[in-house]
Amino acid sequence: MGEAIVITSGKGGVGKTTTSANIGTALALQGKKVCLVDTDIGLRNLDVVMGLENRIIYDLVDVVEGRCKIHQALVKDKRFEDLLYLLPAAQTVDKSAVKPEQMHKLINELKQDYDYIIIDCPAGIEQGFQNAIAGADRAIVVTTPEVSAVRDADRIIGLLEKANTIESPKLVINRIRNHMMKSGDMLDVDEITAHLSIELIGIVADDEEVIKASNHGEPIALNPNSKASIAYRNIARRILGESIPLQPLEDTNKSVFGKIKKFFGVR
Amino acid sequence: MKKRQNVTIKGTKDGIVLHLDDSCSYEELKKELDEKLSANQSTHTERHLTPVKVDVGNRYLNDAQREEIKNLIRQKKNLVVDDIESYVVTREEADKLKAENEVVTVARIIRSGQVLEVPGDLLLIGDVNPGGTVIAGGNIFIMGSLKGIAHAGVFGNDQAVITASSMQPSQLRIHDCINRAPDKAQNKEKREMECAYIDDNHQIIIDRLQVLINLRPNLNRFEGGH
Repeated sequence: MGEAIVITSGKGGVGKTTTSANIGTALALQGKKVCLVDTDIGLRNLDVVMGLENRIIYDLVDVVEGRCKIHQALVKDKRFEDLLYLLPAAQTVDKSAVKPEQMHKLINELKQDYDYIIIDCPAGIEQGFQNAIAGADRAIVVTTPEVSAVRDADRIIGLLEKANTIESPKLVINRIRNHMMKSGDMLDVDEITAHLSIELIGIVADDEEVIKASNHGEPIALNPNSKASIAYRNIARRILGESIPLQPLEDTNKSVFGKIKKFFGVR
Repeated sequence: MKKRQNVTIKGTKDGIVLHLDDSCSYEELKKELDEKLSANQSTHTERHLTPVKVDVGNRYLNDAQREEIKNLIRQKKNLVVDDIESYVVTREEADKLKAENEVVTVARIIRSGQVLEVPGDLLLIGDVNPGGTVIAGGNIFIMGSLKGIAHAGVFGNDQAVITASSMQPSQLRIHDCINRAPDKAQNKEKREMECAYIDDNHQIIIDRLQVLINLRPNLNRFEGGH
């Protein structure tokens, strides 16, 4: 029986879809059987980021409404031998096409066959969000070092705690710009973690390679030489229960790393 | 033998007390009270109003009955009812009274969009994040940092106070007073162990926690000891 992890953030544009794609890819690289589920019905793009858009035949709404079997709708990622699948969202209808109970049933069925179900959540706190968290066992909250994103993450954590079927959410801080954090123009990692008071599971630097890779439909996690890739792979290993220290954001900069180390030392 | 009196008037050092027996019917009591107060008409000649207390023992009076008794006494004499004392309260009243005087302890982080409301005092073990709100009928004591909104004395208690280990609220409200954070973040001094209260000019003041010891002595609930 697998585990379902919802990737959520509240605010749009902080990197939920990229994070979902890369965590899914990194888990598959670790040899786990992974199914990515895009619940952003009407505004799907996990398929684009994964480079699987052209192979979609059926989608999530087709499955829920009984027009096809689950396995017919799943898109296999050829880069992995039978380890990575995608259940795409529908593009022609909207979020009200699915109910939380239906999602719950769907995710439970997927959990029989997969080790990890990664659920990409839409922005917002409305029905789409309720659908996305319906079947989840764990949650990862993605935020960026911006006040508005942190505020929304706080709201989302509150809602996740209220749902209380999900164990305490973990935090990913995305798009970190080291020089801005150093100069104090951006919230720093300690500040965000202390404010949200949930466990930090990873930090990802702002990297142009991520955008490039997404546009080519190849998750950055496939590229072993990128900093962001290593960050995502580390997140995946932490999900698997390994204890891995946070990577330094930049080798030249000791102060932030020192801070992070200090932070974890204190914890 | 003469029937036991249902209404007795006694003078005590606290003033006049009307004892109303609790074993007769309410109608009977009313009748006798009426008679008794009428009979003694001549003995009272002072013009000014005399406050009295009414002791109804183990009788429960609802609001209408209380009003009736008060009116009855007020009509007959130069007496005005100060207080009606009864040993009996309903469960509802007792619960309400208890809730209003209770300190509710909550160990939680109040996050953006969440509202925590208690009828009495609130002791929060955790933070109030920006966008979060805590509301209390009484005082609010926050062990963590207050970055959201706190509203104390919401039912009209302007003696209520708000305290926090770290005071950086977006808004403070006590009773009907509102105070908000300055638009420009001022110098980043740590605002630790502070309290907020309403001063004589009906303004919310933020000060060191310790000033409350003199300003709000009624916060003390500790009795006895040295």
